[in-house]
Amino acid sequence: MSERSSLERLLLVVSLLVMTVLAGIIGAHAGEVPLPAVPKATAGSCVAPPEVMRRSHMSMLQHGRDLSVRQGERIDGGRLTGCVNCHAVSDGKGGAVTVSSPQHFCRACHDYAAVKIDCFECHASRPEQAPKASDASPDVPASAHAALADYAKEIAR
Amino acid sequence: MTDRSQSCGGSCGCKPEAETVDESRRGFLAGAAAAGATVLAPGVTLYAYGTAEAAAAGADPKKRWGLLIDVSKCVEGCTGCVTACQTENGWKTTGKPATDPQWIRKVTLRDPKSGATRSAPVMCQHCAEPPCADVCPTGASFKRADGIVLVDRHRCIGCRYCMMACPYKARSFVHEALEDQKPHAPRGMGTVEGCTLCVHRVDKGVAPACVEACAQTAGAIMFGDIADPKSEISKVIATYATMQIRGDLGVDPGVRYRNL
Repeated sequence: MSERSSLERLLLVVSLLVMTVLAGIIGAHAGEVPLPAVPKATAGSCVAPPEVMRRSHMSMLQHGRDLSVRQGERIDGGRLTGCVNCHAVSDGKGGAVTVSSPQHFCRACHDYAAVKIDCFECHASRPEQAPKASDASPDVPASAHAALADYAKEIAR
Repeated sequence: MTDRSQSCGGSCGCKPEAETVDESRRGFLAGAAAAGATVLAPGVTLYAYGTAEAAAAGADPKKRWGLLIDVSKCVEGCTGCVTACQTENGWKTTGKPATDPQWIRKVTLRDPKSGATRSAPVMCQHCAEPPCADVCPTGASFKRADGIVLVDRHRCIGCRYCMMACPYKARSFVHEALEDQKPHAPRGMGTVEGCTLCVHRVDKGVAPACVEACAQTAGAIMFGDIADPKSEISKVIATYATMQIRGDLGVDPGVRYRNL
């Protein structure tokens, strides 16, 4: 009697395990989380190639914030401000969306990766002036581009 | 502009007028800059604080930025400097006076014996020995190489120890979540803030917003390098009797008052 019940128990456990694994496999295929739709920048090219930016943008920002705040070494157009200006996403009403919208450039990826952004608790998450679709040149001058690109190369090494 | 005019050189039939337009614009800008330097009150030269190259190099340890406030020129009831600061840095009343941010405020002093009153703005005094930086447990309160005392909000944990330590009540705490701050003046809930001497403008070689606003009316606030004996502000300090508020505390404020 006791032998039989232990065999039954074992069978139950094994079948449960199999079901769990199967459900996991099927579930992953059925409800795959869609990749984020990353909004395009308003214009121009970024300070570094996308693969460098994806991996190192946080280091670049952290490097820049200490230079700006503590050393007073600023670059024209700003560092984070430069990113925010170029990556503004139109809200369809002539303005740009704030970080409270899931369409916000930073949120698109950060929501997907489930990484919280602290930047916009203090920093403005949209440009002061609304982004213009016709605006051909970004607000970031060449000198700022060069400075950031140099640092991107340094990180990539 | 020049490139474009050179590319065809007028040979394609178009008028190479880009150059002339450029010239006239340059002339206009030069004129405007000169006017800007002369229109303002005597002793206030707005655009003579360093070149763009110097600004890019960061805070200069040879400099010490300071203010000189001529109290006899400050008009009682005028809050031009406060409004200018609010507009520039994007702080405003939250409807709760007890916890409102206050980067600069107008203070009225009254001599109880004579009844004479004086009015003057009080903001962060940008001390040489800032008590706020002394007590800060995280190193968020600090003095830049050029004497500007700031809060690095990346490090601020909002303990408000600096607010307790400041003898001038110059700092305030952000109690509520904010949105749409000025891009050049980040500020957020849970951190302490105060007058930055418009560091974003100073780094560009422009005088603080309060100085600019006051220069258009009373001309009571002067901005400059108090470490340079040849600067306008140093000459006035050397010539006339000026004082620091609570100079006895030994914190050596960078903001001085005249006729107080």
